[in-house]
Amino acid sequence: MTNAVWDPSQPILEIENLSISFFTRMREIPAVMDFSCKVMAGEAMGLVGESGCGKSTVALGVMRDLGKNGQIVAGSIKFKGRDLVTMGEEELRHLRGSEIAMIYQEPMASLNPAMKIGAQLIEVPMIHQGMARAEALALARQIVADVRLPDPDRILNAFPHQLSGGQQQRIVIAMALMSKPALLILDEPTTALDVTVEAGIVDLVKDLGHKYGTSMLFISHNLGLIMDVCDRLCVMYSGEAVETGAVAQVFDDMRHPYTQALFRSIPLPGADKNARPLISIPGNFPLPHERPNGCNFGPRCDYFQAGRCDAGDVAMADVPKGDRHASRCVKWDEVDWTAAPKARVVKEKAPIGKVVLQMADLKKYYEVSGGAFGGGHAKVVKANETLSFEAHEGETLAIVGESGCGKSTFAKVLMGLETATSGTITLFDEQVQSTPIQRRRVDTVSSVQMVFQNPFDTLNPSMTVGRQIIRALEVFHIGTSDTERSDRMLELLDLVKLPRAFAERMPRQLSGGQKQRVGIARAFAGGAKVVVADEPVSALDVSVQAAVTDLLMDIQRQNKTTLLFISHDLSIVRYLSDRVLVMYLGHVVEMGSTDQVFQPPYHPYTEALLSAVPVADTKVIRKRIVLEGDIPSAMNPPPGCPFQTRCRWKSQVAGGLCDTTMPPVQTLTGGHQIKCHLGADVLAKMDPVITFAAE
Amino acid sequence: MLAFVIRRLGVMLVTALVLTFVVFFLTNLPPNLEKLARSEGSVRMTDAAVVSWLDEHGHSGSVFFRYAEWLGAAPGWVITDEKGVTRGRCIGQRDDPALAPKYCGIFQGNWGISTVFKKTVLFSLGKSMAATGWLMLAVMLVMVPVALVIGVLAGMREGSRTDRVLSTFSIATSATPEYVSGVILVVLLASPATGLSPVLAEWGWLSGKTLFMGTATSAMDNITFWNFGLPVATIALYGVGYIARMTRASMTEVMTQQYIRTARLKGVGFRQVVLRHALRNAMIAPFTVIMLQFPYLLNGVVIVETLFNYKGFGWMLVTAAGNNDIEMLLGASVVAVIFVLVTQLISDIGYVFLNPRIRLG
Repeated sequence: MTNAVWDPSQPILEIENLSISFFTRMREIPAVMDFSCKVMAGEAMGLVGESGCGKSTVALGVMRDLGKNGQIVAGSIKFKGRDLVTMGEEELRHLRGSEIAMIYQEPMASLNPAMKIGAQLIEVPMIHQGMARAEALALARQIVADVRLPDPDRILNAFPHQLSGGQQQRIVIAMALMSKPALLILDEPTTALDVTVEAGIVDLVKDLGHKYGTSMLFISHNLGLIMDVCDRLCVMYSGEAVETGAVAQVFDDMRHPYTQALFRSIPLPGADKNARPLISIPGNFPLPHERPNGCNFGPRCDYFQAGRCDAGDVAMADVPKGDRHASRCVKWDEVDWTAAPKARVVKEKAPIGKVVLQMADLKKYYEVSGGAFGGGHAKVVKANETLSFEAHEGETLAIVGESGCGKSTFAKVLMGLETATSGTITLFDEQVQSTPIQRRRVDTVSSVQMVFQNPFDTLNPSMTVGRQIIRALEVFHIGTSDTERSDRMLELLDLVKLPRAFAERMPRQLSGGQKQRVGIARAFAGGAKVVVADEPVSALDVSVQAAVTDLLMDIQRQNKTTLLFISHDLSIVRYLSDRVLVMYLGHVVEMGSTDQVFQPPYHPYTEALLSAVPVADTKVIRKRIVLEGDIPSAMNPPPGCPFQTRCRWKSQVAGGLCDTTMPPVQTLTGGHQIKCHLGADVLAKMDPVITFAAE
Repeated sequence: MLAFVIRRLGVMLVTALVLTFVVFFLTNLPPNLEKLARSEGSVRMTDAAVVSWLDEHGHSGSVFFRYAEWLGAAPGWVITDEKGVTRGRCIGQRDDPALAPKYCGIFQGNWGISTVFKKTVLFSLGKSMAATGWLMLAVMLVMVPVALVIGVLAGMREGSRTDRVLSTFSIATSATPEYVSGVILVVLLASPATGLSPVLAEWGWLSGKTLFMGTATSAMDNITFWNFGLPVATIALYGVGYIARMTRASMTEVMTQQYIRTARLKGVGFRQVVLRHALRNAMIAPFTVIMLQFPYLLNGVVIVETLFNYKGFGWMLVTAAGNNDIEMLLGASVVAVIFVLVTQLISDIGYVFLNPRIRLG
């Protein structure tokens, strides 16, 4: 290794005017243009932006791993003063993994399925330091303990598929730390994980960053996460850095319209669907080969001024008085950044009507066989246990919980894709718990519809948008002739605010948000009264999320629809729901109005969940509660209270009741229900998780 | 694991019974039996005489009962004719009928006597299987390593020149059936008049007339490179193309996986990425194909053994079928069925070792 003299006061990573393009047979597609950023020693730099903005390309560019089609067309990437762009393959190989390490979005896919964890870990020091096998194994054991994994010896001997998602990500982090790199690149490291697991990983990354003095390049679309982890950030839009600076400065005194629009479109505490609705960014993200002249954000910008903004390339301009704060906006010192947005439309709260859906003691058990080739004794998965609630007309009921808590099973049972093991579901005076969807009446089916999580997979790729909606109308026996149905289809497109011309388009010609609108139009085709929205916006970018949630709310107001909103994202739940139901391991642990659930007293699980959600607001003070361990398997739930294995309040309950007895449902004032052994006095003393700093 | 193997053995037994019954039923159809009667008895037998010959030789009655007899699960037939001579399935020509066992079938090791080879089926089968075994071993030793190397080299850099050259070669060989490639090889390498041999002979590099031998009969006693090369090459060529294509497809897919990127970005060199990270994952799919090649070889050898006049299993099968040798065909079917089932069992178990995500319950 050539250790050129490098002054630690100089940046670890210095990217200057970097441009990366992908070359296809058709054309050159610029993915990153004129990108510059500096990461100092021990600093954590955040890269934020929506999908397709080029943030991951920057990361892979730093690693010089752009594939066959990608090429760095201009600029330089200096790592400790050495230019990576002109570096040879062999020299690069010595840097990768030893000086610069990377952590990826999907931990399962990033680990070799046919190699033991230990073998994958020891490879790093064996290659780079020429360490002996035994020594490397000892180091691996120590690092695995460092990333707070229990029982390192067992883990080292395990295959990746034997670990949970959170554990896998810790292994990927351990692998990156094996040779104590100077720079760590994290590409959406927690996007595939649950919020409580995410909180643990984020804590770990921060601690390890301090412990080893590692610099970080942290890529995320989640502004809250960036605030938790990073010192500085760089906001990207359509291949360009649009604003960069210290986190607090950019969050509080942004100087670029895109950053401002981004903050206005995410649900922060205080936003309200009626009084302070979110403001979505109009228009769509430009495709790389359809970028406008001048400012890329111009066509979607509130401050756009023809002749200036679209005149020519806009350069980064330093914001004086800032700490290396810069913005790529020609009008940054003209706009009044503190002015309140003018476009907020205050909406009327929809009245909540009679009960339309009632579930009583609903249970759903699955039997799974033991081994891969059958045989072994069957195990029972208790996906839902004694689920009871009511949903009213025009109400938004949010169902919150992490993966595996049974929220999707409940949706399946309601839709009739599965039948209940016991209990009743009463839908408009009709009991449907044991009627599978094939035997339900057409009007029952059309009145309960679903909006799915992933709009990319739920539309038939070979049918036009209009045809798919008409098909739904046919199935629901709506309209008597083709022209009538086609008129209705156009009305539905109006309803979801899509241009009527989209009827002729194929799904692949639509963006994610537009596809989700088609999904919503299809769900409402038969005049659905109850709509189950299963994470309808989690696959969409933040700026689009606001528009789609607003659309759902508008349709709900018009049609008095009951919306069952399944989500793990508490920010959006707080923003749009009237009542909230928190699930853990198939049990409803807390239920109440949104205010009741988001304020103490909490169920201990809700408390942890709330504290795990990163909030992108510098004025919010959040109590940190990190849950230990993973969610227990529903196949083998703990005895007593399902949450007892991870609960921090357990010591407050006398007599070890949590270990043995299922807690009763306590009903507090205002119909707020909590399934917990904690006494009223303890619950009353709980502090709020989120408080606002005095201004 | 043990439970799995036992369960699989049970399933295999049932499969073997069903398959052998199908073969038994087909070989014992009335026209075949009539042909047997005329060839064993007399060609000029009347229809009535054929029926009585069949009766006397235990070929009448329910096909299920005869199948059970053949298996050795039912007592063999015993007939005492008007001359007072007792004959039976289990009674040899010079044996005392009283001492003969009651059951004699596959289970008891009595596989019958081949009408063509005039020897016991077991003896003929053993000899031909041994011959074919050597052939298959040689083919596997050549085919599998060559195919895997070609597949991995082609697949590790998709679209490269190496990939295109090797892929073209594999497509060409897998598109050429044995009876074409065998003939081409003979013409090129084993003919005194055409191909390479006359040229080499002219230069005085050959001691014999041809480079390779066009027949493998001498390999029955003494296998050499020159008499065994062509049959092995003929069978292997076809399989090489096929397995190489499978390996290549699997390899290219593995090379695009994220864990390969992980390995690359931890600084593992390309060679080690391929050998340590990609190879085992890329072997999972072709492994099943390779194991499926074994039963295929058993059939594939029919053409090649006939072409090169090598008296192995395939050659024997052709001869037995051509001469209505019912007992021989039945014996061959038993061997083939067991062979296929055992290789598939090995394939399933081997798969588990390659792919840690699959566990045997």
